[in-house]
Amino acid sequence: MFENLSYLALQQYWWAIVSLLGALLVFMFFVQGGQTMIRCLGKTDNEIKMLVNSLGRKWDLTFTTLVTFGGAAFASFPLFYSTSFGGAYWVWMLILFAFIIQAVSYEYRTKKNNFLGTKTYETFLFLNGFLGTILIGTAVATFFTGSDFMVNNMNQSHWMSPWRGLELAFDFTRYATFINLSLGLGVFFLSRVLGILYFFNSIDDTTLLERAHKKLLTNAALFLVFFLFFLVNILLIDGFGYDPVTKEVSLVPYKYFNNLIEMPVNTIILLLGVIMVLLGIYRAGFHFKECGSKGIWITGLGTVLTVFALFLLVGLNNTCFYPSISDLQSSLTIENASSSKYTLVAMSYVSLLVPFVLAYIWYAWRSLNKKSITAKEMEDDTHAY
Amino acid sequence: MEQFDLALIDWSRAQFALTAMYHWIFVPLTLGLSFIVAIMMTIYVKTGDELWKKITKFWMTLFGINFAIGVATGIILEFEFGTNWSNYSWFVGDIFGAPLAIEGIMAFFLESTFIAILFFGWGRVKPGFHLLSAWLVAIGSNLSALWILVANAWMQNPVGMQFNPDTARNEMLNFWDVLFSPTAINKFLHTISSGYVLSAVFVVGVSAWFLIKKRNVIFAKRSMVIGAVFGLLSSFYLILTGDESAREVFRTQPMKFAAMEGLYDGETNAPLVVIGLMKQLPDPQNPNLERFAFKLEIPNLLSYMAALNPNAFVPGIRDLIHGNEEHGLMSYYEKIEKGKIAIQALSEYKTALEAKDQATADENLKLFKANYAYFGYGYYDDPHSLIPHVPLTFYSFHLMVGLGMHFLILFIVILVLIFRKKIEKVRWVLYVALWTIPLAYIASQAGWIVAELGRQPWVVQDLMPTLSAVSNIDKGAVMTTFWIFAITFTVLLIAEIKIMVSQIVSQSKNEGGH
Repeated sequence: MFENLSYLALQQYWWAIVSLLGALLVFMFFVQGGQTMIRCLGKTDNEIKMLVNSLGRKWDLTFTTLVTFGGAAFASFPLFYSTSFGGAYWVWMLILFAFIIQAVSYEYRTKKNNFLGTKTYETFLFLNGFLGTILIGTAVATFFTGSDFMVNNMNQSHWMSPWRGLELAFDFTRYATFINLSLGLGVFFLSRVLGILYFFNSIDDTTLLERAHKKLLTNAALFLVFFLFFLVNILLIDGFGYDPVTKEVSLVPYKYFNNLIEMPVNTIILLLGVIMVLLGIYRAGFHFKECGSKGIWITGLGTVLTVFALFLLVGLNNTCFYPSISDLQSSLTIENASSSKYTLVAMSYVSLLVPFVLAYIWYAWRSLNKKSITAKEMEDDTHAY
Repeated sequence: MEQFDLALIDWSRAQFALTAMYHWIFVPLTLGLSFIVAIMMTIYVKTGDELWKKITKFWMTLFGINFAIGVATGIILEFEFGTNWSNYSWFVGDIFGAPLAIEGIMAFFLESTFIAILFFGWGRVKPGFHLLSAWLVAIGSNLSALWILVANAWMQNPVGMQFNPDTARNEMLNFWDVLFSPTAINKFLHTISSGYVLSAVFVVGVSAWFLIKKRNVIFAKRSMVIGAVFGLLSSFYLILTGDESAREVFRTQPMKFAAMEGLYDGETNAPLVVIGLMKQLPDPQNPNLERFAFKLEIPNLLSYMAALNPNAFVPGIRDLIHGNEEHGLMSYYEKIEKGKIAIQALSEYKTALEAKDQATADENLKLFKANYAYFGYGYYDDPHSLIPHVPLTFYSFHLMVGLGMHFLILFIVILVLIFRKKIEKVRWVLYVALWTIPLAYIASQAGWIVAELGRQPWVVQDLMPTLSAVSNIDKGAVMTTFWIFAITFTVLLIAEIKIMVSQIVSQSKNEGGH
C-alpha cells in the first residue's frame, strides 16, 4: 500500500503525522496550564487535592505524547533531530529538566516521608507548566523565523551561536525573538485556558469552578493578544522557500501568507480551528452552567486543528520547516531532512495503529471521567495524589 | 567526518552513563512488578478474597512510586541521542529512530493510558476492565523494553542496512532483519527476564522483612509465594537466555567476549574462569604478563559454551589485535588501514561529485564499498585503543553470573521452606532474602556495564566509534548538565527510597493485612 506512494508523498504523510502529534501535545498541555494554577485556584488542602488529582490522571498521557513526538521526529526527520537537539542544547535541556521534575511530583507530593515536602513538588509542577509550554512554543516559532546553524556535506550540523538556542528567546536585537516569544507566551496562556476548561469537565465543586471561571477570560484575552501578534507577523514576514526542482533555498516575501492562499484546505482547517478555540471559550465563559463542561472538547479540538494547520503551513508547499539564518542552503526541508523511503514505508504501516491508539485512549478516558472528582472522593481514595 | 575533544567525549559519555544507569535502577522493577501485580489482581478477581485486594494495592503503590521516577529518568535518554550524540543521530537515525517511534506509539500509550485505569479504576470501572488494564500495563511496559532493546541490539550488531554515501548515513534495508536479529531477540529476552528476577527478589525480600518483624504474616507469605514462583521460573529463563546471549556476543563481538572472560591469548579447549582475581591492569603488548593472581577454572567449558564444541578456538585480545592466520582472523592493524581507506574514499567521492567528476566519484565509491565494513577502525591509529576496560568488564560479568546463580538457589530454598511450613523459623534465610535486594540491583547494573562498557569504543560496532558520534558542543555545557542531572537524580532517588521504606513500614503495621 504505502510502497506505491512517491517518496515526496511519504515525506508529506510523515510531516502530517508529526504535525498531528505536535497538535495533540499542545492540546494535552491543559495539564501544564492547570499546574500553573493549582495555588491560585485552590485555597484549601482539599481543593488543591482535587485540582492535582484531576490533572494527575492525565499527566502521563502528555508525557507520552511528548516522547512519541520526539521519537517520530527522530524516525522520520533525523536531520532535524540531530540539528535542533544537538544545536539548541540549552533550550532542549531546560525543557527536559522541566519534564523530569514533573514526572515524580504527582506520585510523591502527598506521600509520607517524601524528602522534599509537598510544596516543593507543587513548585515543580508549576515550573513544568511555566517553562515547558513557553519554551516549546518558542522553539516551534523558530520553524518560521529560523535558527543559527549550518549543515556540512556529510550532513553534520553546527550551531553557530555560543548561546546554544537561548538566543532564540533572549536576543532582543532580532525582531524574530519577539515573534518567537509571542508564540511561547501564546501557548502558555492557551494551556491555562485549556486547564480551566478541563477543570470544568472533571471536577464537581461549585466554589472551585466559580473561581476558575473568573480566570478564564483574562487568560483567554492574553492568549489572543500573543497568538494574534505571532500570526500577523508570520503572515507578513519573508518566509523560507525552496525551488522544487533545484532545491535551492531563498527568502520569499509573504511566503506563509502565500501558503495560506495556495493551500486552501489547510486555511479552512486553520480558520475552523481558531473559530472552535474561540467558540469553546465563549460558551464556557458566557454560558458556563449549560456548556461549561463541554468547552474543553470544543476548544481542545480547535487547538488540535489550529496547531496542525500551522505545522502544515510551515512544512508543505516547498517551505523550509527548519530554516537556517546563517546559511540559507543549510535549511531543512521535509525532503532533505527525512529518513529513507524504505524506513518511511515501514513506519507508515506502524502509523496505521494511531487510530486504534486514539480509540482506546478515548475509551479509557471516558471510563475514568464518567464521574467527576468530588471533595468526598479525595477523602476516601487510597491512591489520591 | 569530524573528531572531537576527548574531554567532551568523556563528559558526554559520563552524562549518558549517568542517566542510563539511573534509569536502569527503576526500569527492571517496573518490568517485573507490573506482571506480579497483574497476577495478584487476577487472584483477587477470581477469589474475591479481600486480603488479595490489599496485597495487590500495596504492591501497586510501590509499583507507582517506582514507575514515576522511571519515567522521569527515561525521557532524558531519548532526547540525549539528539542533544549529546547528534552525529550518531544522523549516521544511524534512519534505523535507530524507527524503534523509538514505534515504542511511543505501541507501548508508551498503552502503558500510560491503562496505568491511570489501574490506579484510579477501583470502583470507577468494572472489575474485568480493571484487571485487563493491569495486564495491559504489564504488556505495555515490556513492549517498550522490546523496542529500545531492538535499537540497542542494532548498535551491538548492525544488520538489515547499508550505507548511503550520498546522505552519509546508514539506511534500513530490511525492518524484519533489524527486529528479529538474534542479538535483538536474545537481548530482549535476557534483559526482561533479569527485570523479572530483580522484581521477584524485591517482593521476596520485602516479604521476608515482614516475617522477620512478625507483622502481617499471611500477607507476607502470600506475596512471598507469588514472588518466589515468579522468580524461580524467571531465573531458569534468565540463565537460558544469558547462555545464548553470551554465544551471540562470541559470534558478533569477539573483543567484548574476550574482555568478559579476561582472555588475552586465544586457545582451543579454552577453560572457563569461574572465579578469578586479576593481578594488575592489562598490558596486551606484554605477552608474558600473568593475568590472574588467582583463578578457578573448568577445562574446555569456555570453548563449549561459546561454540557448543569443547575443541573450538576462542580468540583472545592479542589474537584480535595481531590477527591469527591459522584461525582466519584479520588483525586490527589491517582493519585500521582498510578503515582509513574507506574514510578517505568517502571524502574523495564527495569532492568528486561536487566537481562533477563522475569517473573519480565512481572509482572512490567502489573503493569505499569494498572497505566499508571496517569504516570505524579508520578513526584510530593504535589498535590497543580498541580494547574495552578488561577488568571492569570481567568482574562485572562474573559478578552478574554469580549473583544470578545465588538468586536461583534463594528462590528454591524459599519455596521449599514455605512448602514445609518452616519459612518463619529459618530466620537466617529471611535475612539473606532481605539483603539480596541490593544484590539484585548490583547484578542488574553489572549486566548493563558488560553490555555497554564492553562494546567500547564502539557506539555502533565496527562502524562508528564513540569519539565521532558526539555533538559538537562546549564541554563546559555538558559538564554543567551532568552535574545538574547527577544532583537531581540523586535527590529524587533519595526521595524514592524514603517513600518506599515509609510505605513498606506503614503496610507492615497495618493490622488489616492479617
